[in-house]
Amino acid sequence: MVPIQYFIGLSAILFTIGILGVLIRRNAIIIFMSVELMLNSANLAFITFARMYQSLDGQVFVFFVMAVAAAEVAVGLALIVAIFRNKQSIDVDQINSLHG
Amino acid sequence: MIPDMILFILLAIVAVASALGMLLSRSAIYSALNLILNFCTVAVLYLLLGAPFIALAQITVYAGAIMVLFLFVIMLLGVEQLRKGSALPWQQTLAIISGLLLLALTAYVIFIRPMTLPQVSPTQLGFGTPGAIGEILFNKYLLPFEVTSVLLLVAMIGAIVLTGKREPKTKT
Amino acid sequence: MWLSEAVSSGPQFFYLVPLVVLFPVIGLLVNTAFGGRMSEKAIGWLASAAAGLSFVVAVLLGISLLSYPEGAVVPIVDWITIGELNINWGFQVDTLSVTMMLVVAGVGTLIHIYSIGYMHDDVRFQGDPGRYQRFFVFMNLFIAMMMILVSADNYLMLFVGWEGVGLCSYLLIGFWYDKGENGIGNAVAGKKAFIANRIGDFGFILAAFIMFWVFGTFEFNAVFELAPEVASLFPAAIVAITLLMLVGVTGKSAQIPLFVWLPDAMAGPTPVSALIHAATMVTAGVYLITRSAALYNLVPQVQNIVALVGAATALFAATIAVGQFDIKKVLAYSTISQLGFMVAAVGMGAYVAGMFHLVTHAFFKALLFLSAGSVILGLEHAHHHMEHNSQLKLPMDENDLHFDPQDMRNMGGLRNRMKISFWVYLIGAIALTGIPPLAGFWSKDEILTDAANFNPLAYWMMLAAAFLTAFYMGRQILMVWFGKPRSLPAEHANESPPIITVPLIILAALAATGGALNLPMWHTFTHWLEDSLGHLHAVEFSLQIAGVSSFLVLAAIFLAWLLYGRKYQAMQELPPDKRPDDPLRPILGPVFTALNHAWWMDELYWTIIINPYVSLAHFLADVVDWRFWHDWFHDTVIVGGYNKLTQVLSIQIDLGVIDAVANKLGDSVKRTAAKWRVIETGYVRNYALSFFIGVVLILGYLILR
Repeated sequence: MVPIQYFIGLSAILFTIGILGVLIRRNAIIIFMSVELMLNSANLAFITFARMYQSLDGQVFVFFVMAVAAAEVAVGLALIVAIFRNKQSIDVDQINSLHG
Repeated sequence: MIPDMILFILLAIVAVASALGMLLSRSAIYSALNLILNFCTVAVLYLLLGAPFIALAQITVYAGAIMVLFLFVIMLLGVEQLRKGSALPWQQTLAIISGLLLLALTAYVIFIRPMTLPQVSPTQLGFGTPGAIGEILFNKYLLPFEVTSVLLLVAMIGAIVLTGKREPKTKT
Repeated sequence: MWLSEAVSSGPQFFYLVPLVVLFPVIGLLVNTAFGGRMSEKAIGWLASAAAGLSFVVAVLLGISLLSYPEGAVVPIVDWITIGELNINWGFQVDTLSVTMMLVVAGVGTLIHIYSIGYMHDDVRFQGDPGRYQRFFVFMNLFIAMMMILVSADNYLMLFVGWEGVGLCSYLLIGFWYDKGENGIGNAVAGKKAFIANRIGDFGFILAAFIMFWVFGTFEFNAVFELAPEVASLFPAAIVAITLLMLVGVTGKSAQIPLFVWLPDAMAGPTPVSALIHAATMVTAGVYLITRSAALYNLVPQVQNIVALVGAATALFAATIAVGQFDIKKVLAYSTISQLGFMVAAVGMGAYVAGMFHLVTHAFFKALLFLSAGSVILGLEHAHHHMEHNSQLKLPMDENDLHFDPQDMRNMGGLRNRMKISFWVYLIGAIALTGIPPLAGFWSKDEILTDAANFNPLAYWMMLAAAFLTAFYMGRQILMVWFGKPRSLPAEHANESPPIITVPLIILAALAATGGALNLPMWHTFTHWLEDSLGHLHAVEFSLQIAGVSSFLVLAAIFLAWLLYGRKYQAMQELPPDKRPDDPLRPILGPVFTALNHAWWMDELYWTIIINPYVSLAHFLADVVDWRFWHDWFHDTVIVGGYNKLTQVLSIQIDLGVIDAVANKLGDSVKRTAAKWRVIETGYVRNYALSFFIGVVLILGYLILR
């Protein structure tokens, strides 16, 4: 059996990569995908713990996370499309009119 | 033990690589495809962890629906590549440093700090099957289940509203 | 209300005494409020009725005193109550005060009635008929104030009346305030009267202070009871009080040295001269000394001073009267002289003689003034007719343009044209000179007898004054009524209407018969006054003194006839440049000039007192007050210093410090904000980065601690 910590470690690595994606990339869609990656890594952690504690609650939670993520993607992408209509670009650096 | 380990390491490398690929590729399509690969890999990892239902749900929902949606939007907008150059010089550096810090912290917590973790014992039969999930889902987690359905409805409406064409207002 | 517990043998009206003050007050209030809408006759008769009702009340009080000779004190209000000081307004009804009330109200009523006719003409001559109402308001005010004076039961209340009559005198002397020399002559005369009176009042007030300090009270009865005790313990106090009261008397009753206001007071209308400056106000001083008899009797040395002051004044004023040309001025100096007689009398302790002369003098002096007023009116009328009546084509020389109806040199031969005025004037003059059996003889004779017995120096001075009195009265009668008229208006003067002549006739009757008050056999007045003043020495009639004085009087009249009879007429025949204005001038020469100028007393006062005082006032005002205090100290030191201070405060402190603090605070906030604003880049990624860094740090802290 693989030591369970490795799964957590993997989840952490994926999460970090997702964070970096959010912070570094300028493409709005890529950022969104990074967010999905982060959610996914959180899902992995949940499943791991469910396995660790022999409890199905973790898996049900992942189920819900997935549903929420789907909803979120739908709305988020609709937002990006709406912004694109206005700005003809999905570069988040272009959306800085609230600067001081 | 060893085959598990090899399998795990393989899957881990693929997952990380595809994640990095998603992060670093210039083209949005390539990023999306990388992410799909990542999801599939993670689904297999779920199987390893005794969550068959979730694994297949992952593939169905995440890789099958969400990423396809992503691909639709990418192709709709036609922005595959952005020009180079960034207006924020420190951003990347700081981000990488912070990320590494976070990694270091988690590594510290997981591996170095002595923790008492429960013994991972083999699961019973029927752990993670749809039936078992369903039992909990419709008994204990009934309310969140129903609320989630409302949530999905709201999201649908939101998406339609946000992207629907506005009727031009008649000038009075 | 007062209830008598004894079995009364007659009526008793003491409680009516406030009415003597109240009636004139009501009269003046009604005249003030409604006079504008009333006719002249209504105003005049209302005022006369007020005075008349006062007289009726006084008569009733007199009748009550016949049954209750001790009199009464009727308190009215608590006036001042501070600590131990307790002064009330109360009325003292006794024979002395009722005597004064009868004189004031009686003669006053007659003069009010006379004024109805006199002022009717006077306001028209002076060109302001609207002032008629004012005259009667002031006259009633005077009657009210004089009544307060004579009816008071304490010295302070008396002083209230004293001041009040001084005020009315001022108001009435300056009645025609916009006329007179240079348009302000009458106002100046009023001012002079007020100021001279004020100096006297100063003495009175000091006397009052000492009295309160020593006696602790102002009430007559209380003071007189304590007086002997105080005299034995602290005689200097009584001396001081009586001397200072004498100063007040010289002011009010026009004695030396404060008499100078009385001749100038003739600037007022003639009824005013009659009422205030002959019959009533000026006698207030005599009343004061009589009332304070208990005090004066304790200090014989002060009494001597009083007597000598009075006698000297009598002689001094009589000399001046000889050299006057204005008919009213002669009477004014005559008044001063007669007041001197009265003051000398009461100074010697002959209170009855003094009061008796006061009463008779009121009769004949008022009579003389009023008839002089009748003469003046007659001349004014004639002058007026001739100026404005073009039918009378008569030659008028340039003298008539500045015609002075009061100058005796413009009169003459009036006895045929103004018969009633002539006869009453003659009666008054005979009474004044002291020819028996008219009133003046009896009263003057009593004074002379007392003087001969008590104070020989005063006797000789008063005898000389009596001689001169007869002389100047003879001179006046001959100049005014006899001979040929010396001016055109005198030729055409007519008698005055009955409203003027009837009061004159009444007064003439009183002047003729007034002697009956205190004939030497019966001493009615003496007994009457004894109830107020204690035992009084009744003077026996001395044939010797009466004979000497009567002889002197007749000699004086003969002398006057010599000089002013035919000789005066002969003098008029001379051409104007060789004609002396008076037969006495060639005889007396410079002495006559001195008499005419009243021995230059006014000029003396001006040089010694008034001019230095005015210079001092100018110095203090201009140099000290304006240049030093105002210009230098105030402007430079205070205002300048203050300005500098405000400059420092505003520029250095307000702008420099406070504003700087506020501004710098604002600036620093702005700069800080500008510095901090950089973190708001607008880039979402930056914000996300900052979240992330925060999360890492917090996590690190939580994990590693």
